[in-house]
Amino acid sequence: MTERIIIAGFGGQGVMTIGKTLAQVATGRGRQVTFIPAYGPEVRGGTAHCEVVLSDEPIPSPLVEEADTLIILNQPSYDKFRPRLKPEGTVLLNSSMAQPDPGDKRSLLIPATEAANELGNVRVMNLVALGAYAQLRGGVPIEAVMELLAKELTGSRIHLLEVNRQAFLKGEELARKVAG
Amino acid sequence: MTEERILITGNEAAGEAAIRAGCRFYFGYPITPQNELTAYMAQHVPEAGGVFIQAESELAAINMCFGAAACGQRTMTSSSSPGVSLKQEGISYCAGAELPVVIINVMRGGPGLGNIEPAQGDYFQATKGGGHGDYRLIVLAPYSVEEFANLTMLAFDLADLYRIPVLLLADGQLGQMMEPCVFRKPPPLELPPKDWALTGAKGRPKRIVRSFFLPAGILAEHCKKLQAKYELIRQREVRFEERDVEEADVVCVAYGTSARICLEAARLAAKSGLRIGLFRPISLWPFPEQPIRRWAERGKKFLAVEMSAGQMVEDVRLTVEGRSPVGFVGRCGGGTPTTAQIIDAARALKKSGDTILSSKKGEAR
Repeated sequence: MTERIIIAGFGGQGVMTIGKTLAQVATGRGRQVTFIPAYGPEVRGGTAHCEVVLSDEPIPSPLVEEADTLIILNQPSYDKFRPRLKPEGTVLLNSSMAQPDPGDKRSLLIPATEAANELGNVRVMNLVALGAYAQLRGGVPIEAVMELLAKELTGSRIHLLEVNRQAFLKGEELARKVAG
Repeated sequence: MTEERILITGNEAAGEAAIRAGCRFYFGYPITPQNELTAYMAQHVPEAGGVFIQAESELAAINMCFGAAACGQRTMTSSSSPGVSLKQEGISYCAGAELPVVIINVMRGGPGLGNIEPAQGDYFQATKGGGHGDYRLIVLAPYSVEEFANLTMLAFDLADLYRIPVLLLADGQLGQMMEPCVFRKPPPLELPPKDWALTGAKGRPKRIVRSFFLPAGILAEHCKKLQAKYELIRQREVRFEERDVEEADVVCVAYGTSARICLEAARLAAKSGLRIGLFRPISLWPFPEQPIRRWAERGKKFLAVEMSAGQMVEDVRLTVEGRSPVGFVGRCGGGTPTTAQIIDAARALKKSGDTILSSKKGEAR
């Protein structure tokens, strides 16, 4: 099984963290992984994106021409990357900051920013999105995610672990609702 | 002991590999898209007891490598295309003085200052002699993060074995990409003693490391010696990988990120019954002439795929010598060709028999 993912939003939304976490978790599980950050001359307020391929076999090209899943965190990213979704693919859309086109039946609406705000920390929005992805596609156990976060959130930031955990769980819950 | 498998960028993996290979003298100057490599060395070379210097310029960095290598130390510099152009004089001097130096070029768009997107436009510079004079470099081209690491370790051994500068030719995509990597040291080589190195002449005759040979005839003799060494390398150090070439309708010839895209194209094309094979040169110099020629003699059609306007394709055509068609798909100015371009060109090439026609047809952009 090969899963090709594009993650996009504006700078500061945690786009790269979602991509790297997916890549790290899959690496830890012995899977094949490629992670490509867009390193071009990005502009503030524009889109930042990364491409991730997860597979059980060696990965031919790390470049995602057609994605199985788009994780889209803002409107400009939706407009830019939606054409790169496979016909049978799925968009996880941060519906707090982007609206799907009329007739778009492939977007699952996840109000991730709103959920993060309700948890009291808008910066865990990306963990809501990651939790939604985990619910949709599997292969991302919360224990593995928390283990990675525990390496990053140390010292004075250790208290942030709990809100990140709750955000991930909230994302799973939201995706469960919309995906049925 | 099983080696750890870690997720790491190509740039950082190359840096770590150099340190594991015993590189204790790194000199560099920042440039995108290879900055992670310089940053990695800034932190980790001193930790390993070595010397990191952010030089005042690319010229200074390569000449610091000249100095460290002349003293018998394992040394490396890295840069990206415009920066590597600046190093060419120093590289020619290292080649002339037979100094084992490792150079990494994480290519970006050119010519000039170009852009920072991945590219493969420095093939000519790397393989045909970017500096002056009759010299060669061993040029190695990785196509994954792990291969980037492992070829970097090999590069130090080859440099010492032949007293020659070795260039790793990667592209921005390989430098920036993260993949799981297991560092595998190459099998140990029996390396000659560095009985030419400047280690202090107390108690022994003096040694001189130089690339300047003024008296008549001396340089000619020196060049003959260099050419004999290059011939030996041609015979012994050709490296390549073949995938599904035997049964292929069209054989893509590609290195680096382009080779990865060819593999994806092959996978997609197979669904419609078009069989695409891959011949991947790993040593760009020495270029794998004999194996390509053998396939040409059996009538295989070739499609060179590059992130350039067409550079390596010239070596493929020189090797094939008109025996079979050679098409080309490329993208210049930074960026990557698409699988659709490759599949379209391969399909056209499969139908066509004529060399000239097919090479024109395959020409994208």
